[in-house]
Amino acid sequence: MKTYQLPEVKIERDKDRCIDCQVCVRQCAFEAHIVDEDGEVYSEDEKCVACQRCVSLCPTNALTIKDNKPFVKDNANWTAETQKYIWKQAETGGVLLTGMGNPKPYPIYWDHMLLNASQVTNPSIDPLREPMELRTYLGSKPDKIDIKMVDGEPVLNTKLAPQLMVKTPILFSAMSFGAVSYSVCEGLARASKELGTFWNTGEGGLPQNLYEYGPNTIVQVASGRFGVHSEYLDAAAAIEIKIGQGAKPGIGGHLPGEKVGAEVSRTRMIPVGSDAISPAPHHDIYSIEDLSQLIFSLKEATEYTKPISVKISAVHNVAAIASGIARAGADIIAIDGFRGGTGAAPTMIRDNVGIPIELAIAAVDTRLRDEAIRNRVSVIAAGGFRNSADVIKAIALGADAVYLGTAALVAMGCHVCQMCYTGKCNWGIATQDPYLEKRLNPDVAAERLFNLVRGWSHEIAEMLGGMGLNAIESLRGNRLHLRSIGLSTEEMDILGLQAAGSPMA
Amino acid sequence: MKRVYTKEEACIGCRLCEVHCLTEHSRSKNIIKAHKKEFPRALSRVLVEELRPVSFAVQCRHCDEPVCVEACITGAITKDESGKVVHDEEKCVGCWTCVLVCPHGAPRRDLERKKVAKCDLCPDRETPACVEMCPNRALVYEER
Amino acid sequence: MSYVIIGNSVAAVGAIEAIRRIDKEMPITVISDEPYAVYSRPLISELLAGQVKQEMMGYRSPDFYERHGVEAKLGTRVVSIDPKKKTVKTEAGESIGYNKLLIATGGTPFVPPMKGRELGRVMTFIKMDDAKRIEEMLPELKHVVVIGAGLIGLKAAESLHHRGVKVTVVELANRVMATVLDVEAGKVVQDALENAGVDIVTGDTVDEILGDTAGLVNGIKMQSGEALDCDAVIVAIGVVPNAAFAKASGVEVNRGIITDDHMRTNLPDVYAAGDVTEGLDYLSGDNRVMPIWPNAYIQGKIAGFNMAGEDREFTGGLAVNSIELFGVPVVTAGMSNVDSDDLEVLKKSAGYAYRKIVLRDNKVVGAVLVGNIDRAGLVTGLIREQIDISGMRERLLADDFGYIDFPVELRKERLGVAL
Ligand SMILES: Cc1cc2nc3c(=O)[nH]c(=O)nc-3n(C[C@H](O)[C@H](O)[C@H](O)COP(=O)(O)OP(=O)(O)OC[C@H]3O[C@@H](n4cnc5c(N)ncnc54)[C@H](O)[C@@H]3O)c2cc1C
Ligand code: SF4
Ligand code: SF4
Ligand code: SF4
Ligand code: SF4
Repeated sequence: MKTYQLPEVKIERDKDRCIDCQVCVRQCAFEAHIVDEDGEVYSEDEKCVACQRCVSLCPTNALTIKDNKPFVKDNANWTAETQKYIWKQAETGGVLLTGMGNPKPYPIYWDHMLLNASQVTNPSIDPLREPMELRTYLGSKPDKIDIKMVDGEPVLNTKLAPQLMVKTPILFSAMSFGAVSYSVCEGLARASKELGTFWNTGEGGLPQNLYEYGPNTIVQVASGRFGVHSEYLDAAAAIEIKIGQGAKPGIGGHLPGEKVGAEVSRTRMIPVGSDAISPAPHHDIYSIEDLSQLIFSLKEATEYTKPISVKISAVHNVAAIASGIARAGADIIAIDGFRGGTGAAPTMIRDNVGIPIELAIAAVDTRLRDEAIRNRVSVIAAGGFRNSADVIKAIALGADAVYLGTAALVAMGCHVCQMCYTGKCNWGIATQDPYLEKRLNPDVAAERLFNLVRGWSHEIAEMLGGMGLNAIESLRGNRLHLRSIGLSTEEMDILGLQAAGSPMA
Repeated sequence: MKRVYTKEEACIGCRLCEVHCLTEHSRSKNIIKAHKKEFPRALSRVLVEELRPVSFAVQCRHCDEPVCVEACITGAITKDESGKVVHDEEKCVGCWTCVLVCPHGAPRRDLERKKVAKCDLCPDRETPACVEMCPNRALVYEER
Repeated sequence: MSYVIIGNSVAAVGAIEAIRRIDKEMPITVISDEPYAVYSRPLISELLAGQVKQEMMGYRSPDFYERHGVEAKLGTRVVSIDPKKKTVKTEAGESIGYNKLLIATGGTPFVPPMKGRELGRVMTFIKMDDAKRIEEMLPELKHVVVIGAGLIGLKAAESLHHRGVKVTVVELANRVMATVLDVEAGKVVQDALENAGVDIVTGDTVDEILGDTAGLVNGIKMQSGEALDCDAVIVAIGVVPNAAFAKASGVEVNRGIITDDHMRTNLPDVYAAGDVTEGLDYLSGDNRVMPIWPNAYIQGKIAGFNMAGEDREFTGGLAVNSIELFGVPVVTAGMSNVDSDDLEVLKKSAGYAYRKIVLRDNKVVGAVLVGNIDRAGLVTGLIREQIDISGMRERLLADDFGYIDFPVELRKERLGVAL
């Protein structure tokens, strides 16, 4: 039956420029461009998902994808979007699915925080002339350290827990092989090595060819336990237990069988073509004690040589949960805010569950400090980091480092069309279709990721210098370097921020 | 010598190499004019072969012992000092002997001009057009 | 002392270019009875047709001899070789010493004994001067009979037709280009000629050339008894190696000069290359005369290398022919027209397009393509390299047959490394 859904975009082709080369036809996996028998190219608007692939590749700039939101009679309640969802479900009877992070216009607190800079009294530092330390150690720090003097030299007498050293406080967040293509994994792995940071396998296991990047890899152990075996744990620099994901707190995952090809099957250790289902909870974790058991099982399995991280989504009780995790023996807590991306999530959950990462960082950092256990864990924040300013603000709020997911994908070509769950990603990112996957050359992916993080790191160094700091260490949790603007006193309270214009205390 | 090599695992079958090769070998070198206004139209010297998901671009390999040079009945194809196998359109009469002998199927027939069109490694550019314009670095220009 | 080359055509050029890759010093002397710098012999038909100008006939640039340190003695005929003294003697009596000698004297048109062959305007068509001579008499030519529907005969016919002359081709076999084309392909070519207005008579031959009182051709009489009026006759029934003087000087000659796998003759330091030889046929393994341009170049090249002291083996020639008549391109390679029980033939035709592949033990040994001949070389390459085609058999007849149909490893090797 004909759909009631209305096309949302309009494809405009400038016929004076179009040379009928059919590049767009070949590039659109959604088949929105078609060529007729005469070799003339035309389009079908309703198929377009606005991924902009054709626009990017059209050699004559003949194409424009325009917003064509259908006009529905003014109604704040029954918006075009609400109606679209209803039509869709009336047609399919299914759960609405989507990809990427929460797109709703909830407040973005980053845009309500301003950074400080030095003037006169505390001179700023020029990072081009003076050393600027972005190096960060992630892992549990001792409550106190004991130093001995040997031959007039200080020697550390305390046994430190294993640490991850990152050259810049930016890591790549968990994106599983299966949800993303092999090329993405390779790009992330290679960029991490170049950058001196880490990428995260997500719950899809570590493809055999990427074992060589183990020293720059964080491997995940999730509820589905896909691809987990001793070699996998041994290969990694750190292990992350995945409890939750910001885009879909409280629910599990589902990788459809079509995405389970030979390589995914081998890596995940499941049959080709079978659905990979991650249950909502870990069936062996129903308390902090259970979690602690898993943490220590993993530590035992790897002889206490690797930090163990626990990843949760930012939910209302995040601070208390984080405290429990710290006490359960984790070395790192990764918190994923509700703008965190995903390969596939029910739309209603993505758009309505969880809290912003900004509030979560502040709440967790405050709570751990209040309990005097902040040193026991490092906090990695995740969920919608868009630029270096977001990163440095997160650190000032109290995070040790951040995870980039969506930004990394965008660097590789993603245009956030949110069609990840279809497996037809035109950019070769969220797909297992070999024809589409090739579109991401790992050489190009690695280079673009490297460039992005290098650029951000330069900017962070610049901003740090401006604040008169020469090490990222000195900024962590230093909320005095932030001021809020346009926030309610309640929000300011949670964030622990003073209003812009109030003097340094 | 530097040659163009295809990396089939990165070729996405977009055929932009063909578009830009044609443009580079047109009179105007303007992509739109070259495709819409110039008659006879220039011909791309690179050909993309495809059987999804596999695709790759093929162009003259500039062979070490080029059989086309040996076979060309007019002397239009020669190997220059740099190793490039160059084709002189002036001299070519379209006898298609090179089409018949090239083991790579590289020379293309330009039926309008009755001449052969063959990769010349873009003498007016530092990097051949196909290599520079390939959106996925599936073509490299290097010494091997 | 120097390298001496008799003949100044493609085999000679192949030799000169090879010698100079190895030896930049020792002088080279090229001797030819034709008065021109090396030209593209196959283009004499285009010259006659007016499609190629005289100044574009050169096969190499005008400074070719100078750049390669070659002394060209043009318009000079060699009459004998003295292998003991290592000299060649010219018609004018000059004796020229050689270190290494190459005989590259090509072929002479074969004109069978028939009545009237001595008449004026009975011609052959293999030299630039032949084309010029015909050009001069063009105003007087209304109807020309070409004897022989081989490649040269048909090219001559097409050229004359372009110049507004009525042409009748008489061929003894039952089809045109009978040595390389089978019945189907022959028919396509014949149709193209006939549609354009060239008359073709097959299964018949000229018994007698008739002349007028001035000693000029005015007609022919055929075996069948039929007679035709005409103003000129071009005999194009074949070319025989130009080896008589060599034979007289002690060079071993069968149909052509017998050469070994280094293009050596039986005489020390005497080599031979091109149409004058009876060299190795790659596919059959026998020696035979293979009078085609590419083979002459390659033999010349191999001879040149060996003359200059670089050991190079001749692995055998492969018969390849490309011809386009009245817009219909036809190419053949290898055993394109051999009937034998051990051969398997794949073919398809559509309209005038025709594609035929001949297989032996899962390897391609012959091909004929008419119409769409694009990328024919891929097939020729399969023949030359004797590649097993088991994996691509179904695709061999496809118009878009390509590397994509090759086994992956082979394709990668081919595209990754230059041959
Ligand atoms: C009209 C025409 C069209 C052709 N088209 C094609 C084609 O399309 N494709 C193809 O592959 N082949 C073609 N051929 C065949 C091709 O031209 C020959 O294979 C090629 O020319 C052979 O070269 P060669 O160097 O062996 O000898 P030739 O080209 O025959 O040259 C021999 C030279 O030696 C000279 N010579 C002979 N005897 C002596 C002597 N005693 N002293 C001094 N000089 C001597 C001759 O005058 C001549 O100049 C064509 C031939 C003709 C005539
Ligand atoms: S890619 Fe651009 S120029 Fe090519 S057919 Fe599409 S719109 Fe036309
Ligand atoms: S879906 Fe993407 S590639 Fe297809 S028409 Fe829309 S923007 Fe272009
Ligand atoms: S431009 Fe590059 S990716 Fe596109 S078809 Fe050519 S070689 Fe392949
Ligand atoms: S045209 Fe063919 S034979 Fe000639 S150099 Fe190029 S690839 Fe080699």
